[in-house]
Amino acid sequence: MPLVKNGKIATDGFAHVPDGAELPGDGAILVTAARFLEDPEALLRRAGKLGVIWPNNRDVDDLVPWLGRLSVVALVFPTFRDGRAYSQARLLRERYGYDGELRAAGQVLRDQFVFMLRAGFDAFEVRKESDAEAFADTAKRYSVFYQPTGDGRVTALHRRMQQRHSESAGQ
Amino acid sequence: MYAYDELDRTLINERVEEFRDQVKRRLSGELTEDEFKMLRLQNGVYLQLHAYMFRVAIPYGTLSSKQLRRLAHVARRYDRGYGHFTTRQNIQFNWIKLAELPDALADLAEVGIHAMQTSGNNTRNVTSDQWAGVAPGEIEDPRIWSELLRQYTTLHPEFSFLPRKFKFAITASAHDRAAIKVHDIGLRLHKNAQGETGFEVLVGGGLGRTPFIGKTIKPFVPGRDLLSYVEAILRVYNQYGRRDNIYKARIKILVHELGIEKFAAEVEDEWLAMRDSALTLDDAVVEEIRSRFSYPAYQKLPHMPEELKQAAHDPLFERWRKNSVFTHKVQGYAIVTLSLKPVGGPPGDATAEQMDAVADLADKYSFGEIRVGHEQNLALPHVAKRDLPALWKALDKVGLATPNVNLVSDIIACPGLDYCSLANARSIPIAQELTRRFANHDTADLIGRLHINISGCINACGHHHVGHIGILGVEKNGEEFYQITIGGRADENAELGVLIGPAVPYGEVADVVEDIVEAYLALRARPDELFVDTVKRLGVEPFRERVYATR
Repeated sequence: MPLVKNGKIATDGFAHVPDGAELPGDGAILVTAARFLEDPEALLRRAGKLGVIWPNNRDVDDLVPWLGRLSVVALVFPTFRDGRAYSQARLLRERYGYDGELRAAGQVLRDQFVFMLRAGFDAFEVRKESDAEAFADTAKRYSVFYQPTGDGRVTALHRRMQQRHSESAGQ
Repeated sequence: MYAYDELDRTLINERVEEFRDQVKRRLSGELTEDEFKMLRLQNGVYLQLHAYMFRVAIPYGTLSSKQLRRLAHVARRYDRGYGHFTTRQNIQFNWIKLAELPDALADLAEVGIHAMQTSGNNTRNVTSDQWAGVAPGEIEDPRIWSELLRQYTTLHPEFSFLPRKFKFAITASAHDRAAIKVHDIGLRLHKNAQGETGFEVLVGGGLGRTPFIGKTIKPFVPGRDLLSYVEAILRVYNQYGRRDNIYKARIKILVHELGIEKFAAEVEDEWLAMRDSALTLDDAVVEEIRSRFSYPAYQKLPHMPEELKQAAHDPLFERWRKNSVFTHKVQGYAIVTLSLKPVGGPPGDATAEQMDAVADLADKYSFGEIRVGHEQNLALPHVAKRDLPALWKALDKVGLATPNVNLVSDIIACPGLDYCSLANARSIPIAQELTRRFANHDTADLIGRLHINISGCINACGHHHVGHIGILGVEKNGEEFYQITIGGRADENAELGVLIGPAVPYGEVADVVEDIVEAYLALRARPDELFVDTVKRLGVEPFRERVYATR
């Protein structure tokens, strides 16, 4: 499954460690929320970067105390029809100020990229090779946005106000 | 009318191109039907019994003549020459070809019409009072806020994959013509004690399998906070609405299971954490949207022009005027409802020729503007009273002057088993038969206001729960049966109808309705006691007795 990061297909430096499997001594790893919450401090003391795969039916509040020390949070789309992780992503980015890698996992298809980017995701475990290859073009598909989110894209309402302001300043 | 600017136009064109690419990928097999299904639904495309059905949004029920002509063009070019106006200010085309859909969308986009989110589990077309901006006594034009909500809900990055569909309706009048109490979020514009304008917010209304009347979650939300408050509701719903069972996934179930107090507290917590955000609508932003709505330059005209006095001698004209012409906020003007319920016709259908004719008449008599109401009729919102006689003649020529607005034959009906893959029973032929039974205008006039709503299945697209008489098609051992309810209503006093007894077979529905109506005529206290008020006063029992005494 290709990983898209910074707009390009990239190598995934994080090893997914299944529950119950032995942890490698060093190197970057991704663990499940259940494993992480058993003993967060022990995992965070370990040499090597740590990421957590957070399920979409658990409040992100439970993750907040450790956010500053995590390198990756992976949010899950069990199917692309299940949109709970969009809310989780916005809360992590906009309310709790998480600035590490925010990864979309699960059924990630091309037609969700723009929504995901707007919600604050910056890494994508993409299901299909062809979708991963189309990432850069798909991400540019829209140039107008009606809603303000934490991604910094200027909204249509804001652009109109700027336009009004510059028109009246020019008179 | 709201005029799109370059940004609005760019966005819908970008959406058309995205959909064109999605259709291409489906046709080439790159997308599976399961993947494509959600994508097409987000753009109003259903797979029905015989063909794809294409649902196009008419936000808050306002159309320009140019837009209506373009809908006629789509009906003619890509469909079979007609369209069906729905109960949510949409129009449906029933015979569209998948490969041609992107072109139809591109044609519509040229005049500022789209089909975004007319189906799928997302925020649907924002609906409002079809008399918005012209009804006497309105707080203010609710379409300004409807448009702000339309933009806010369009391609929302957080709420495009909700547990289930989500519908908004807005009214600004004391008399609710937008059925806000049976919507996921209902908004009533009003002024608080300090004279500020804001919204009473209702949540959790809806019909379908488990009908609920919406409950007030907050009596007053200032206009500036509307979007942040709505976002708080949607965020709570997106995270906690049920996804394990499609029949329990609407927000009404979440509100019911938590209780309105607990749900309101959850929303309040969320709202307090984000209310002062970029979503706040300051006055300048609202003004900017308001400035792009244009209003007619009304003339100073007499209340009772000569043309109207003369035409009053024609009983046929008078019959139509009394039934279809309503008071406008400006003296000398009127709101005219165009019945899409001819005797024997399918409710809400209009041919391409009729659409073109209405567009021409709107240009001539209504400042180029047309409205669409949830009762599946059209309206011309700004007709000078002196033009009424000429307008009536022109409407009559194209079959749009049936004087049955709000009467027993002004029936709301879903497409039913004639088109819909979800239906258990036919709706349209029941409606057609009823319009024939009550074709005599004097009888219908004597009966007075009476709304019959028909749904062909429990999904309730025909709003049967809130019909004064509601008819629900069900299937029993492979045969079509119908459950009859009475006493429902969708206005400010919204109530759900009560079942009168066991379901009756297809062939008996019209007889049962006639029995109910005859019972009402015998039971009503005065000639002006409406059917629904008699039911309220007496309950269903006397109607039940009458209907089942001989069955």
